[in-house]
Amino acid sequence: MERVPILRIGDVLLVSIQIDLQDHIALQLQDDLSQRIVDTGAKGVLIDISALEIVDSFVGRMISTTAAVSRVLDAETVVVGMQPAVAITLVELGLTLQGVRTALDVDRGLALLAQRTGGAATLLAQDDDQPGD
Amino acid sequence: MAEGTTNGWPELLRDHRDAVLARWTEAVQSTLAGRMTASESSHDIQEVYDALLAGASGGDQRDVRATSFDGLRALLADLARARARQGFSPTETAVSVFALKDAVLGVLEAGGDAADYRAFADLSRVVDDLGLYMLETYAAARDTVIAEQAETLLELSTPVVKLWDGIVALPLVGTLDSARTQVVMEALLQALVDTGSEHAIIDITGVAAVDTQVAQHLLKTVQAARLLGAECIISGIRPQIAQTVVALGIEFGDIQTKANLSDAMLLAMRRSGLDVVSGRGRG
Repeated sequence: MERVPILRIGDVLLVSIQIDLQDHIALQLQDDLSQRIVDTGAKGVLIDISALEIVDSFVGRMISTTAAVSRVLDAETVVVGMQPAVAITLVELGLTLQGVRTALDVDRGLALLAQRTGGAATLLAQDDDQPGD
Repeated sequence: MAEGTTNGWPELLRDHRDAVLARWTEAVQSTLAGRMTASESSHDIQEVYDALLAGASGGDQRDVRATSFDGLRALLADLARARARQGFSPTETAVSVFALKDAVLGVLEAGGDAADYRAFADLSRVVDDLGLYMLETYAAARDTVIAEQAETLLELSTPVVKLWDGIVALPLVGTLDSARTQVVMEALLQALVDTGSEHAIIDITGVAAVDTQVAQHLLKTVQAARLLGAECIISGIRPQIAQTVVALGIEFGDIQTKANLSDAMLLAMRRSGLDVVSGRGRG
């Protein structure tokens, strides 16, 4: 079965959706992602949907749910690279992704997460672990 | 004129070809007065004349919708479309066909008999039909031109301008309806993505009135921009509009509004970490 890869960059998980997001793939992704957040203790999740050209209400809701789940697990979600057409569709569907942060591209998304997690998001491993010890 | 040959209008036209053509061309040229070259219009007229004769020899001489007149109708349709695009009036367009009657009559007055006049009556009917057909095409062509212009206007009226690195502005002028909002929204979102801007200023100084629907459209645009990761500021809200907005109970929520574009620009610059300092202080 096709899966969406989840890459770890420092304490950020990068999910780049490059395939047609069918319902079962979306559900699988949601499972995988929550598992990975717990495993890695990631503080941020970047979902890159720049390759997504079509979006329906299910995918829209799934993005909201993923963000909510991540927040519960103490990871901030940023959706990056949304296509204008997708944004218009979501607004027309009434899905404004309340509570989900957005950024224009991966770069800005990382910067945003770095701000939130108090600076060096990408260098987190050592810095973050020390206060906890 | 020999009576044996004048038994219908096609013969009439054929016999008097040169004389009729000369008068017809003259009549048409006097109405088009310098807006078309003489050689152009006389060429057109000759083509129509020949097509008319060719059509008549192919079958029914009265029904201009018959297939034998296909060539002529195509020719007239082209002419009508060209006239519509060049901005000629309906009269100026139709006269190039109707003038044929005057031309034939003029020739007949010089020496025609009863049979010729009967043929002329038939011709007159055919010419009327052709003239009407030409006007129909003209009107259709005009409609197309108007539709094209409306579309051009729609695109022209939504320029997205870059104010600063990372700040774009969308000055709206006129009325905001659904079709226009769609174009505006797409143009703005595309500009945000293309320029990688995180701040957009929607200036509504030129928007005549804001009602609940316009506000709804604005809100949608702002929400869509947020989904891309950009923040919008709405500026140029005039006092009357502010009062209308409050009276209608429209909620702009957490969308920043400013009275004028310069305030909005300053806010956008501050948000992107820039500040404006007077140069004089540095001496």
